[in-house]
Amino acid sequence: MRGSIRAFVTVEDTGMVTVSEIQVEEQFEDLSPKTTFMGMISLMLRKQPLGSFGAVIVIAMVFMAVFAEILTSIDPEDNNLEYMLTAPGEMFFLGTDQFGRDLLTRIIYGARTALFVGFTCAIIGSSLGLVLGVASAYFGGMFDLIIQRVVDVIMAFPLIILALAVVATLGPGVENVIIAITIPFIPQCARVVRSNALAIREIPYIDAARALGFSHVRIIMRHMVPNVMAPFLIMLTSFLGQAILLEASLSYLGMGVQEPTAAWGLMLQGGAEEYAESAPWVAVWPGIAISLAVFGFNLFGDAVRDTLDPKLRSQ
Amino acid sequence: MSNTYTKFAVSLAVGAGLALGVSAANAETPKSGGILEFVVPGKAPSYDGHIETTYAMIHRVRPFYSLLIRVNPDNPSDPSDFVCDLCAGAVPAATENGTKYTFKLQSGVKFHDGTPLTSADVKATFDKIIFPPAGVASARKSFFKAVKSITTPDASTIVFKLSFPTGSFIPALATPFNFVYSKADLDAHGYSWHKMNINGSGAFKFVQHQKGAFLEGVKNPDYHLAGRPYLDGYKAITSAKMALSIQAIRGNRAAAEFRGFPPKARDDLVKALGNKITVQESDWNCVLLGTPNHKIKPFDDTRVRQALTLGIDRWSGSKYLSKIAIVKTVGGVVFPSHSLAATKKELMTLKGYGADIKASRAEANKLLKEAGVPGLAFTFHNRGVDQPYKIVGTWMIDQWKKTGMKVKQQVNPTPVFYDTLRKKKSFDVSVDFNCQSVINPIADITKFLGSAGNNYGSYEDKPLEDIYNNILKSGDVAEQRRLIRQYEKRALSDEARMMISLWWYKINPHRSYMKGWKIAPSHYLNQHLDNVWLDK
Repeated sequence: MRGSIRAFVTVEDTGMVTVSEIQVEEQFEDLSPKTTFMGMISLMLRKQPLGSFGAVIVIAMVFMAVFAEILTSIDPEDNNLEYMLTAPGEMFFLGTDQFGRDLLTRIIYGARTALFVGFTCAIIGSSLGLVLGVASAYFGGMFDLIIQRVVDVIMAFPLIILALAVVATLGPGVENVIIAITIPFIPQCARVVRSNALAIREIPYIDAARALGFSHVRIIMRHMVPNVMAPFLIMLTSFLGQAILLEASLSYLGMGVQEPTAAWGLMLQGGAEEYAESAPWVAVWPGIAISLAVFGFNLFGDAVRDTLDPKLRSQ
Repeated sequence: MSNTYTKFAVSLAVGAGLALGVSAANAETPKSGGILEFVVPGKAPSYDGHIETTYAMIHRVRPFYSLLIRVNPDNPSDPSDFVCDLCAGAVPAATENGTKYTFKLQSGVKFHDGTPLTSADVKATFDKIIFPPAGVASARKSFFKAVKSITTPDASTIVFKLSFPTGSFIPALATPFNFVYSKADLDAHGYSWHKMNINGSGAFKFVQHQKGAFLEGVKNPDYHLAGRPYLDGYKAITSAKMALSIQAIRGNRAAAEFRGFPPKARDDLVKALGNKITVQESDWNCVLLGTPNHKIKPFDDTRVRQALTLGIDRWSGSKYLSKIAIVKTVGGVVFPSHSLAATKKELMTLKGYGADIKASRAEANKLLKEAGVPGLAFTFHNRGVDQPYKIVGTWMIDQWKKTGMKVKQQVNPTPVFYDTLRKKKSFDVSVDFNCQSVINPIADITKFLGSAGNNYGSYEDKPLEDIYNNILKSGDVAEQRRLIRQYEKRALSDEARMMISLWWYKINPHRSYMKGWKIAPSHYLNQHLDNVWLDK
């Protein structure tokens, strides 16, 4: 904002100074330091170098997922058997698999599958966990007790075991994989959010809201949820990496996404055992893609945590 | 370069293996002693051969039992070469216009518990298989439709009387699942006892079974074939994954896996172990099918089913899939190497077997439009086993997509797969298979009959049943062949009840020190191990 202050000053014979009028220009100049987009990036690079690296990977993945059709004109599911197991080269930059499918294309489209499953699971899982955790803290008593014991039971199972059990019950497929991964996320988020919400519940403005006769839903949604967004966002970003890894694990075990869909875990499963020696590229590229994606989301999640957590921020 | 090298190495190994295998069996003197260790993928649901249909049971349990007759172990590729196992001399010819078979049993045969084996035991066994009491399962009862009665004139003679002469009786009798049980065991313990217990008269005696780990057998010193077995014992090691099986052979923890490996595994083993590996290969009496569910629209429409089969380029599939999967041969309803099988010229008259795939796919699209389902969308139900199910399934989906159909794949673990296929029948089009042991075309082709117990297409086809009945009763091979072509045309082309993808191809790389074992056109055959020896 630009602006200035203009004062009309009269110096009398007696030497007194009289300010007769002060004009304030409409526009003020902002004297705070200028922060450009590049400056912000530079600042982030300096303060969160690893987080920035993670963000680059995440952005690259999103770009691949969104613009897959532009990045490659090849159908990821199209078999070209005459080119089966072609080594990386000019024709196929990352080589082909046992069905002659272009691995680069399948890696690009695989990002779409990974992100679709990752975001869906992370958003639904953490959102349900948020509502459940805040409600559990807000109502307390028997409701809290029951919810927390159920959470204890679900959290007693390792993530992959619970996901395997769910998908074994429901059957393989993208929809069932999303359900299988989402279910274990809900109690994890609920537990973390609840611990924050318990402290907020004791703050007087919640009592004030109650005294004003606001509904429970309004108190939870408008006065408590916004105040637990920091842990929620941290959980959300950490779930993204976990969901991608879980989807890949389930697909690798043959219980996730099914052929011919391009999915990194499935690509690994199709090539790791049989072609590890004779055509290692079949397993190497999807393996690298999975590692990079999880690495990127974890780094990015850590950076978000460091930024949002007041204690870490002050350090 | 490396590919050429690999092909050359494989060719050398296969050639050398086959050549050496044949000449070695003739020239080399078997050595006694040693324990054969081999890997078995999969679990055996029970030990009872009469109810089971899986190689996982046969590979572990077959060496404990004898059969009345068996496929010639030295010539297992010949579908008409049978020899006596418990019976004496040569396999008897039929008398009374082909309706009576009289077998004389060898003397002095004993069960592992020391009791003598008589004709009463053989009769009790085949009574259980052919005429099981209500509530008692028998997987191969339908193979013996022609059998009218079984009698035992004396302790060493057994007579089978048939209602009509049929060439399918002797092959059915040689089925490796027809373990001869002790009548005393059946009488004392009931018909379920053999599910969990073993008392046979085979070359090996049961020692222990650590489920999920291994099963052990030890040489039967009272075995009825003189000088056999050569081995002191065997150990069947459970291997959950193919990669583990390959590594077990590579690391010399096991000498063989008898089901079969894909070509890539063979190439890797040959490349790594050179002449320490011998490779035996054979056509395989197994075929992967596609079964449309006739109860679900639009698969009740012949045009839609024909479009499905027209979309598949089998000739190209054979060329390429044989490099990555255990499938190879294009064929009709009969095992391709058999004299009753269709020639290439005959096959090419069927829908979906033509040389011009573009024309076939154009016809498929025309049929789908006529049926009111252009760009047909459906879900293909498959079994969660890589070789060859998932490989062939992925290829078939691509073939249909190239025809303009939209196909999703639903892969289920084996128990869920069977439940969906056999009980729920909630699939659009499902993968299915027809795997048999002894090559017996007349029995094997019953799979395509809507009335067959192992047909899951939910259809009735009276003309097809009539043709089959004529095949069954025809004594003349030329007439049988002509009728089978009619049957094949109706089942695969005119009505397109089911579609055949490719016939399997068996590849068995094994340690070269394992001698005497010969590959058969089935993973169920030649697993008695009494002729196997170790040259270490």
